[in-house]
Amino acid sequence: MNYRGIIAIYRFEMARMWRTLGQSIASPVISTCLYFVVFGSALGSRIDKVEGIEYGTFIVPGLVMLTVLTQCISNASFGIYFPKFTGTIYEVLSAPISAFEIVLGYVGAAASKAIIIGSIILATASFFVELKIAHPFYMMAFLILTTFTFSMFGFLIGIWADGFEKLQIVPLLVITPLTFLGGAFYSIKMLPPFWYKVSLVNPMVYLISGFRWSFYETADVPVGISLIGITLVLTVTLSIIYWIFKTGYKLKP
Amino acid sequence: METVLSVESVNKIYSGGFQALENINLSINKGEIFALLGPNGAGKTTLIGAICGLVNLTSGKIIIDGFDHQRDFRSARSKIGLVPQELTTDAFERVIDTVAFSQGLFGLKKDIEYVDKLLKDFSLFDKRNNKLMTLSGGMKRRVMIAKALAHKPEILFLDEPTAGVDVQLRESMWEQIHCLKERGVTIILTTHYIEEAEKMADRIGIINKGKIVQVDEKKSLIKRLGQKTIQIAYDGSLEGQALQDLQSIPNLKLDGQLINYEYQSTSAVEEVPKLFKVLVDHKIPFSEVESKEKSLQDIFVDLVRE
Ligand SMILES: Nc1ncnc2c1ncn2[C@@H]1O[C@H](COP(=O)(O)OP(=O)(O)OP(=O)(O)O)[C@@H](O)[C@H]1O
Ligand SMILES: [Mg+2]
Repeated sequence: MNYRGIIAIYRFEMARMWRTLGQSIASPVISTCLYFVVFGSALGSRIDKVEGIEYGTFIVPGLVMLTVLTQCISNASFGIYFPKFTGTIYEVLSAPISAFEIVLGYVGAAASKAIIIGSIILATASFFVELKIAHPFYMMAFLILTTFTFSMFGFLIGIWADGFEKLQIVPLLVITPLTFLGGAFYSIKMLPPFWYKVSLVNPMVYLISGFRWSFYETADVPVGISLIGITLVLTVTLSIIYWIFKTGYKLKP
Repeated sequence: METVLSVESVNKIYSGGFQALENINLSINKGEIFALLGPNGAGKTTLIGAICGLVNLTSGKIIIDGFDHQRDFRSARSKIGLVPQELTTDAFERVIDTVAFSQGLFGLKKDIEYVDKLLKDFSLFDKRNNKLMTLSGGMKRRVMIAKALAHKPEILFLDEPTAGVDVQLRESMWEQIHCLKERGVTIILTTHYIEEAEKMADRIGIINKGKIVQVDEKKSLIKRLGQKTIQIAYDGSLEGQALQDLQSIPNLKLDGQLINYEYQSTSAVEEVPKLFKVLVDHKIPFSEVESKEKSLQDIFVDLVRE
């Protein structure tokens, strides 16, 4: 194992975050505050409790997920896309470091950033509502699994993309809509039966439901299925990444 | 001589179907400076990329210091330093960090003393805390060389190291490359400047259209392929038998008061006396004799044209 190589990539990526500390942290915090002002205070007071939980409190896990997912994908995709774009990737590709180690460096950094930002959002949220976390261990487990999975997904997008627009497309067209429709701001049990069934094919439902369960012990789908689902996605993304490095797809001509 | 790198029957066909390398066989001796010379698009960068793991091979085998470049990629790659042709640096990083990053990437502990030494060697020490975007093109190239040397490689690839570097600095770079050679580093460079190859290389490989056309010691390449010219200035005029005899010598041209005679250096012993015999027999008065050797430039142009 080339540990120092992994750490070098990790540090390089984290340095990028510290350089842009302002926007890395400010924008998610500001948008979280906006959500709370709009959904929590302005509308929330008119909305009944959901599953016995105040609406403002209910949306916290979904909000954290929404930001964490976007952060993972944008950080990881940009992290690998940019060196590919500028050509500095040559150094990583010609170094004695394996594909797995490269991914660990990039994805580890993107996941770390997302976890840091997720924690900041939780802290921000605690100013607006009373938070309780029923299962801190599962909460962390969900957070870590999710950040790694989606950072890896972002890494894939970064490799696949051959233009800056493509970096935006997937988060904008797939992740954000699926998260909104996946019950970030409501329980899918509130939907009519038909739409409830449709929602069950949305992977975000399992993610958000599981994460919310770790806070309030209410879930739209069984927690076990959530865990299995996310592990499955993790395995699939890992296999695709393995194949990419094996064949050099989009990395080596 | 010990072989430090061997390229065996390497072919590269790009996904579009273009064959950039065709059955390349090459072996590089330990400690030599090898210049890869070839016109634009000859396949120099592709060949270096194939060796360094940036380009997938279509077929063939590459052994670096005894290690297969794919199977034992860790051992193989840790021996290699690469300075690519394109200037690619991260804009916001500091000079010192980017060199230290290279050490880490190659699995070494950060050795700031060595980084400082490299930066001094390449006259970058006063810029060590600068962001890379604030450097000039020539400085960036030197940063890239420092990065490539950060893990003390045994083989250094320089893909057009002196492109965009000013004359003075080019000389100092040649010196540094010679210093590296003295320390035992094997150097493989590509260049368009034939003068550069002529000045630096021990051996020269000429590549054209994806094929290695010629690999030889620089000296013998020049000698073996070397065509020489003798130019003789004579007085008076040439008439009758004298003129006929001169004109019967192949590769001889008359140009005013000058006789231009081209011959292969290998056949000098038989050819040159014939010319002088004619001159002496017919008592042609000649005052000046000049002999010119063909430069590597001419040899190169000839080979590539074929
Ligand atoms: N990724 C690629 N896909 C398809 N063809 C490529 C690719 N990279 C290079 N080529 C082609 O392969 C040939 C050799 O290119 P290469 O870059 O190796 O040339 P070179 O000898 O380094 O030239 P130069 O002196 O201009 O740097 C060229 O015809 C080029 O167009
Ligand atoms: Mg080139």
